[in-house]
Amino acid sequence: MATLEIRDLHVTVEVENGTKEILKGVDLTVKQGETHAIMGPNGSGKSTLAYSIAGHPKYTITQGTVTLDGEDVLAMEVDERARAGMFLAMQYPVEVPGVSVSNFLRTSATAIRGEAPKLRTWVKEVKSAMEQLQMDPAFAERNVNEGFSGGEKKRHEILQMELLKPKIAILDETDSGLDVDALRTVSDGVNRVRETGEVGTLLITHYTRILRYIKPDFVHVFAGGKIVESGGPELADTLEAEGYEKYTKGGAAV
Amino acid sequence: MAEAQNIPAGATAGGAVAVAAESTVATRMSAPPSFDVADFPVPHGREEEWRFTPLERLKGLHDGTAKADGAVKAQVDAPEGVTVESVTRDDERVGKAGTPVDRIAAQAYSSFEKATVITVPKESVLTEPVRVLLHGEGGTTFGHTVFDIGAFAEAVIVVDHTGDGVRAANVDFLIGDGAKVTFVSVQDWDDTAVHCSQHNAKLGRDATFKSVVVTFGGDLVRLHPRVEYTGPGGDAELLGLYFTDAGQHQEHRLLVDHNVPNCKSNVVYKGALQGEQAHAVWIGDVLIEAAAEGTDTYEMNRNLVLTDGARVDSVPNLEIETGEIVGAGHASATGRFDDEQLFYLMARGIPQIEARRLVVRGFFAELVQQIGVKDIEERLIAKIEEELEASV
Ligand SMILES: Nc1ncnc2c1ncn2[C@@H]1O[C@H](COP(=O)(O)OP(=O)(O)OP(=O)(O)O)[C@@H](O)[C@H]1O
Ligand SMILES: [Mg+2]
Repeated sequence: MATLEIRDLHVTVEVENGTKEILKGVDLTVKQGETHAIMGPNGSGKSTLAYSIAGHPKYTITQGTVTLDGEDVLAMEVDERARAGMFLAMQYPVEVPGVSVSNFLRTSATAIRGEAPKLRTWVKEVKSAMEQLQMDPAFAERNVNEGFSGGEKKRHEILQMELLKPKIAILDETDSGLDVDALRTVSDGVNRVRETGEVGTLLITHYTRILRYIKPDFVHVFAGGKIVESGGPELADTLEAEGYEKYTKGGAAV
Repeated sequence: MAEAQNIPAGATAGGAVAVAAESTVATRMSAPPSFDVADFPVPHGREEEWRFTPLERLKGLHDGTAKADGAVKAQVDAPEGVTVESVTRDDERVGKAGTPVDRIAAQAYSSFEKATVITVPKESVLTEPVRVLLHGEGGTTFGHTVFDIGAFAEAVIVVDHTGDGVRAANVDFLIGDGAKVTFVSVQDWDDTAVHCSQHNAKLGRDATFKSVVVTFGGDLVRLHPRVEYTGPGGDAELLGLYFTDAGQHQEHRLLVDHNVPNCKSNVVYKGALQGEQAHAVWIGDVLIEAAAEGTDTYEMNRNLVLTDGARVDSVPNLEIETGEIVGAGHASATGRFDDEQLFYLMARGIPQIEARRLVVRGFFAELVQQIGVKDIEERLIAKIEEELEASV
């Protein structure tokens, strides 16, 4: 069973006048089959955590470890991490001009699976996954994320999650910018993957809304660059009622 | 990428027509067109038409110091019915399609010994391309080639440049009424070669001319594809593809002169750049003269910058002297394949080299498909892959 272990993770970014530490010692273990919600105020470092695990070059790891089944994730190239079973649904998916969605998906699936998927079954697979996410088939011929609305980009991210079947999926504010119907559609997509029991999900969000559709096993409060409290699903209800104030007061703030 | 210029797209059509007070195309030239090199001053580099070109790398083509001391191995594969002649400069077909517009084109014209005239007789429809293979064997050479295509003939012509050398040579196309010509010029030189050439196409009534310029190699390549029409119904399509590597200077300066009514032109040039000091220049001039009512024209240049340190200068220029046209537009855009795009693709398991390949292939795909000469299309794709392999 795949396990992602994050230990004492410290991360900095280069800012105009020097180096700024954003993650200040994150500890977290996510096992295949589990769903963890990470909730925290804007600017607390949630995306930084997601990007650092995925290997974005902008972030420098200064301390700590990230392992997947004992393998050193931080030593891997970005593409190796993905092939090892990590997936990041981005808060702001990137436009890639000149590359069609269908070409992108197939290239990616080929890389992840280690061989090109059989064309006939592949076409069906993509088509039905798109249908379930209520994506117009015309998207397949459009360039990756180019001119997609916020909601369309998020559906496209979850489409990839469904096709790539990661061991560990990090969903960075997949709920933001979605109306209620879209939220339900996207959540259904995530749940289909979760129901296989084969993915460990790290659901990053600002709001409790999505937790009505995707039930977490654990909830973590993220503030000031680290996890400040962990609990069960009931912690989300407390946050809903009380907000983040008690975590951002008294120096814990970003 | 700080250096690449990004010129916003513009378009003019129907009612909204810009009328040029003074032709910038004319003022940009240091001298009127002429066959005599002595009519052109030696460029110093600040002239509008020379300002992008590194003169010191022209190996003396621009200042008269280059002497014809080199060799080019030429091989012409001409299908049956096509004639190949070697003629002197007083042959009336030589220089008929156009006049040199800069000092190097005039130098080439003044310096070649014999011109080659390749004739496709009228109404003959070739099933095989005419292939001209020019392999530079070092040193400086001058040349002149005329393709004389009879009325209603159909031909595909492929001119291939490989090897090393310094070459200034012009290519003329006399295209008869109703003829259909596809011309592919491949610049696949060694990285040390210098190549300057003016392509002059003169289209007859209802003639179709498709020019495909493909530039990969060379230290410095500077080409002038030019089109003019002699009767209505002419249709010119100018396609171009370049892959500019570290240290290379590749310059394409186009002109379509709509001088008669009811003609069409479509210009699409796309380039990818990578490496330090890779420099691509694209100048696209389209003139719609007062007489050219019913003109339909569009020109586009797109560049994809793959790494830091590359530079693009892209200048589309549309001059319109009549409002009675079908359409006229131009666009230019320079985009960068950036770290965020690379990260996104790699985060989906795609290795870096594959990610670049995906983006570049996608960028060129549509253009390559428009070429319509299968073996050239395949070779181009293979060549693009090769260039990409070399980069990472
Ligand atoms: N490249 C960068 N340069 C400068 N500051 C950065 C950079 N990346 C992140 N930061 C800063 O780090 C902090 C954490 O940012 P991050 O995007 O991780 O927050 P977040 O919790 O995801 O916020 P949100 O809820 O708004 O998505 C912020 O103060 C942000 O401005
Ligand atoms: Mg964020």
